[in-house]
Amino acid sequence: MIIDINFIGLIIASIMASAVPLILASCGELITERSGVLNLGVEGMMIIGAISGFALMTVTGSLIIAIFGAMLAGVLISTIFAFLTQTLITNHVATGLALTIFGIGISAMIGKNFVGIPGKEFPVLFQGLKDTIPLLGPILFGHSIVFYFAFALPFITSYFLKKTKIGLIVRAVGDSPESASNQGINVRLVRYACILYGGAMSGLAGAYLSMIYTPQWIENMTGGRGWIALALVVFSTWNPIKILIGAMIFGGLTIIQFHMQAIGVRIPVQFLTALPYIVTIIVLVVISRDSRKIRLSTPSSLGKSFHKDN
Amino acid sequence: MIKIVKRDQPSRAIFFFTPVLAIFLTLVAGGLIFFILGFKPFEALKFFFIVPIADKYGFSELLLKATPLCLIAIGLSFCFKSNNWNIGAEGQLTFGAIVSGGVALLFYEQEGFYILPIVILAGAIGGMLYASIPAILKTYFNTNEILVSLMLVYVSKLILDYLVVGPWSNPEGFNFPETRQFSDSAKLPLLFEGLRIHAGIFLALAAVVISWFVFYKTYLGFQMKVSGFSLKTAKYAGYKGKKMIILVFLISGACAGLAGVGEITGPIGQLHREISPDYGFTAIIVAFLGRLHPVGIIFASLVVAITYLGAETAQIFMQIPKYTGQVFQGMILFFLLASDYLLFFKIKFIGLKK
Repeated sequence: MIIDINFIGLIIASIMASAVPLILASCGELITERSGVLNLGVEGMMIIGAISGFALMTVTGSLIIAIFGAMLAGVLISTIFAFLTQTLITNHVATGLALTIFGIGISAMIGKNFVGIPGKEFPVLFQGLKDTIPLLGPILFGHSIVFYFAFALPFITSYFLKKTKIGLIVRAVGDSPESASNQGINVRLVRYACILYGGAMSGLAGAYLSMIYTPQWIENMTGGRGWIALALVVFSTWNPIKILIGAMIFGGLTIIQFHMQAIGVRIPVQFLTALPYIVTIIVLVVISRDSRKIRLSTPSSLGKSFHKDN
Repeated sequence: MIKIVKRDQPSRAIFFFTPVLAIFLTLVAGGLIFFILGFKPFEALKFFFIVPIADKYGFSELLLKATPLCLIAIGLSFCFKSNNWNIGAEGQLTFGAIVSGGVALLFYEQEGFYILPIVILAGAIGGMLYASIPAILKTYFNTNEILVSLMLVYVSKLILDYLVVGPWSNPEGFNFPETRQFSDSAKLPLLFEGLRIHAGIFLALAAVVISWFVFYKTYLGFQMKVSGFSLKTAKYAGYKGKKMIILVFLISGACAGLAGVGEITGPIGQLHREISPDYGFTAIIVAFLGRLHPVGIIFASLVVAITYLGAETAQIFMQIPKYTGQVFQGMILFFLLASDYLLFFKIKFIGLKK
């Protein structure tokens, strides 16, 4: 059997493409969680981003407006979450669930008029270079700007958290809101900002799905990716670089399905589709078994409300 | 001037008032959304909340939808009271339905009084088995139960899909994704001629009574309350945390499994692809809206069940998309959580002082 080396390159590139939404949403959620806030609404924010991006693209015809509009939609919907959890001090888990249920409903409501409309072609960069280098060509070139941004994001996030002053403030707020507050840091403001940033990234992740990855609107098209993104944050032990590894594993599982079917492996399609979810559970178990390690890397105040008496 | 003051103690009166406030605010916001969409808000709300339950048939449908919601929410309240975030009831419902459906198919074309109890029991066991996965992983492997129980929802639906398309599909069914019809002995009896309401409602009512007894009359109920209030106190008091976590998950799984039994052995009488319109997720809202109190959950399940019916009616009569139901459900939870602020804080209106 002769395997074309460029074919392997294409498979790797397709794995990377399916990892993009996971990386974007996880990196956003990672910042939110690092500030001590657990937002379980990722799935809801993603689907809102997906319909907003697609709808704006169809109505305005502008890809730039659509991409930024999707991010703004993610910010707006996460503002509800931020207001509830930070200003009204509601429970993070319940509020996040409400956000997901609400988001799925609203997106389907808006999306009713956009079902079946074909998407637009999204421009790719460096298309001409694709065939110049064997194997690496298809991996490195010919992708959308969002794709490149996603693969840079874990490194940017890591740099931000470790090397910048604002990153330090975010970590301080997540690890010890009391002492951060005593240092004169406005805990609530920092957490608001981190929640809205998470919303923007989830919105972008959704827009990537509906505008670039499968350019069309399908109800519920995020299909649990938001939840996998949440699991990836635990998998990474809150380290952005490891998100990259996790997202590639899950991207790989998604892509393997298609190829296994193509070469005629006789495994029920449902089993292959269930694989990413089952692997998520197994990975969570393996990572969490060491409770000391988890405790050391989890932001200490994660999911706990902070209220300062005035 | 407005001043916000922290209450010394959460107000008990407001504890039961805020769900009503949340429902009212949801109606207002819903009317606003209808207005934005270009409908007459009052007319739309009427089609949503009054028309569907105006006749005998509608009322039966209301109870039909409220039954699984109530049953699952009762189970979830055991978990939520003790600080266990089981959000995968939808998966436990599906797996319970698979197991009980499998047993019902074993009795294909057989009759006998003993069949139905076995089918019901199988559903409860199925739900318990499925709920035990996140419980055991949480207690012995320190794994986050939220993510595990949720991932298992997707897995259960794919198992169901595999079974009804593949090995369990009706051989005379022209490849429709559904099983054979269960025999009459494996079906829950209908209560009234011409209406779809079935005996499953008694399962829900039994769950309400039993849970009330456990919560308020037993040591276990007390332990759950303490653990929910403060895990440290529970540990200090020497409660066996692991045993309790597993127990509440099993109870909650059994309830969800029973809800699954009701869905397939009730009016439908077979397994098919979509046995539940996300009852397992909606029940989370019901549990909160009912304040994790058995009686509260009865009322909450009726209120939330209307959103299902209303969405269907509004779609037929006004072409309002049926997802509006979900939007309403999300809003109820948002407003409920938000109005809980009044539990802990008092808003005082103070006149300007000179």
